Amino acid sequence: MKMAMARLGVALLTSTVLAGAAGAETIRWARASDALTLDPHAQNQGPTHNFNHHIYETLVDRDSEGTLQPRLATEWTLKEDDPIVWVFTLREGVTFHDGAAFTAEDVVFSLDRARSERSNMRQLHADVAEVTAVDDFTVEVRMNGPSPLYPNNLTNTFIMDKDWAETNNVVEVQDYAAGEDNYAVRNTNGTGPYILQSREVDVRSVLTLNENHWDETPQVTEIVYLPITDAATRIAALLSGEVDLVQDVPVQDIDRLSSTQGIKVETGPENRVIYFGYRFGDEPLASSNITDRNPFNDPRVREAMELAIDRDAIASVVMRGQAIPTGVANPPFVDGWTEELNAYPAVDLERARELMAEAGYEDGFTVTLDTPNNRYVNDEAISQAVVGMLGRIGINVTLASRPVAQHSPLVTSNQTDFYLLGWGVPTFDSAYVFNDLVHTKEGNYGAYNGGLYSNPELDEKIKSLGTEVDLDVRRQTMAEIWEVVKAERVLLPIHNQVLAYAMKDNITLPVHPENQPMMTDVTFAN
Amino acid sequence: MLAFIIRRLAQSVLVMLFVALIAFIVFRYVGDPITAMVGVETRLEDQEIMRERLGLNDPVIVQFLRFIGNAMRGEFGISYRLQQPVTELILSRLPATLELAFASATIALVFGLVLGVYTALRPRSFGSAIIMAASLVGVSLPTFLIGIALIYIFAVELGWFPSFGRGQVVDLGSWRTGLLTESGIRSIILPAITLSLFQLTLIMRLVRAEMLEVLRTEYIRFAKARGLTQRAINFGHALKNTLVPVITITGLQLGSVIAFAIVTETVFQWPGVGSLFIVSVQVVDVPVMAAYLMFIALVFVLINLIVDILYYVVDPRLRVDGGGAGK
Repeated sequence: MKMAMARLGVALLTSTVLAGAAGAETIRWARASDALTLDPHAQNQGPTHNFNHHIYETLVDRDSEGTLQPRLATEWTLKEDDPIVWVFTLREGVTFHDGAAFTAEDVVFSLDRARSERSNMRQLHADVAEVTAVDDFTVEVRMNGPSPLYPNNLTNTFIMDKDWAETNNVVEVQDYAAGEDNYAVRNTNGTGPYILQSREVDVRSVLTLNENHWDETPQVTEIVYLPITDAATRIAALLSGEVDLVQDVPVQDIDRLSSTQGIKVETGPENRVIYFGYRFGDEPLASSNITDRNPFNDPRVREAMELAIDRDAIASVVMRGQAIPTGVANPPFVDGWTEELNAYPAVDLERARELMAEAGYEDGFTVTLDTPNNRYVNDEAISQAVVGMLGRIGINVTLASRPVAQHSPLVTSNQTDFYLLGWGVPTFDSAYVFNDLVHTKEGNYGAYNGGLYSNPELDEKIKSLGTEVDLDVRRQTMAEIWEVVKAERVLLPIHNQVLAYAMKDNITLPVHPENQPMMTDVTFAN
Repeated sequence: MLAFIIRRLAQSVLVMLFVALIAFIVFRYVGDPITAMVGVETRLEDQEIMRERLGLNDPVIVQFLRFIGNAMRGEFGISYRLQQPVTELILSRLPATLELAFASATIALVFGLVLGVYTALRPRSFGSAIIMAASLVGVSLPTFLIGIALIYIFAVELGWFPSFGRGQVVDLGSWRTGLLTESGIRSIILPAITLSLFQLTLIMRLVRAEMLEVLRTEYIRFAKARGLTQRAINFGHALKNTLVPVITITGLQLGSVIAFAIVTETVFQWPGVGSLFIVSVQVVDVPVMAAYLMFIALVFVLINLIVDILYYVVDPRLRVDGGGAGK
């Protein structure tokens, strides 16, 4: 017994000493939620990818400016004589954490797994016909048709080791309905810069440096990942020095944290635009007192609404300065964004009331606005502000606020007249916005076109973007589509969200536009 | 006795079934699990395939019967959010919740008794007035506010205790305890105090009222007349007689301490079943919600059953009909 106690004492002592020695290079990283799974293809969700990026690697990656960078692939080009085939040249000398060599067969296996039926990554690979290994370090991906932007879809598709997956029976992605869990949900074998040491779901995960990683050695050698759900507790943990970095900082705390000694806040625009959508078509609105026509279908009403909404006030009051007002439903990183599109008109209530009168609504009308209340930064408060602003031109808005799990189905099943939504563009290309928000709702198109806007001419152009290989022609078409979307006010954009990371002031970590910061980018000042 | 227990058990099973049914009806209004499980990037038709595979398109009653059928075999399915078996998730989180519940029940009992006796013995003292006023605050302030206040005072400003988590845990086979390490003990103090405040106030007021009652009775006066020491009267006779209702209430409250730990666990990021439940509600993780509600129902049913059996043992009047067989 005494011996056991003594041994325990020694063990505790050594662990404290070790922790002390590693002190400067350990980062305690807190965020609102945990990664859902370690299976790289089971979930297509931000925090999960963010965590897994430290363990697994992708063929290509995006830096904090949003441009594509080589990762496990060093080069990628369209095959010269066959432009529907993408050729990836792989990095040589890379090994998995268990020592196995990384080769083309792992890439073929992983891409096939990612596009298998149970994978949640499959929509990103929907246009892939076949993946083949040409030699150990060359992979060809044959598409169903011209797909000039396919590499954009690869930034979150991780590469697993084929042999490891076969040995551990995880060739298939987890099946929820089957009622058994999958080895890959809790165990990992990636090529990434960190190795998983321990993981307690929702409590803490510890990652340590992969000494054999191919890239430069980062300053952070140990990551302690701590999910803290409650925002006030998360901030308190930073203030009391129990964590070094808080990724999800509520806007109302930014000012206070910046003025606290020893703590700094980094902010930067997120790849996510917040906008309002409304119902098009002649059919009267379900929630309005106007029962013989649809006021939103009148372009003058839409213009009046834009003139009545004070984006600057929303940004400064509701968002406390943590938003970038915009006149286009397209984040600034995305291909197709321009200064001209981004411009928005000044508030002009007089003109707005004139337009309402011209449209025959001098007495205004009523309508219900559906808003989520737990999805975007201050989403409900933005909607409340808009209710007041539209009230000034006689549009009497009733607010219906719901959690996103209830709000989202309203938009996808067209059961809303007027709604708030946010849209991120993971491909960094306008086609992603057009496909889901602007194209007529049919088949794979227009899934979130909750207002049922339909313009056959635009539909043609949107479809052509998917197959146009000449990038200049493509860009021209995108500009034409945006021009119509903006002129017709298909969507009513408000602002781009801003991300804020709070950290101890000896740490430097730039904000990542997709909110996927890498701890390899952290630097310490002494 | 046996017939009584069997009857109570049958009633308990009915209660559990009813809780499950209500839960399943409510789940329809919590939202769409698929929306929470996949991102907006997932095609609607893929979402539909998933919904079909998980059986979410079936009528409520079919989903309910399937759940009951699986539950009978001890199967609660796979968490939509974490993709791990639900039974395992709940069992791994249970020690944290139970340790917190027992720590806070202990604090509530000890301080409730001491303060209750003190305020009963010195009803007009300045100290009693302050304690009674403070106890009103304890009852009326919401738990999350107390929690946040404690965090800011003792973790951020004074730095005495950690602001979140459970500290270092020691693995004892199937039970991971935080009570064997210094950081674990330091971590449990603030959440245990937060969770105990309401019960503490309740017990204190109960003890005080009972004690004042008992101190007025004849036998206490006789004891005084007999010249017993004040100490023997107060603790040997008066306090002993106030304990029966206190023990009953404490036992019954233990169920609500476990169930209402949800808020405290969330504020302190305490890795128990309560915080698991809250996160599951946010993302409509139906298997976890269903299993948790069944678990809480089971706790209440069991505690009530034990209390009923104890009453049966203690109170001979309840035994009249069943005990007839022995005559």
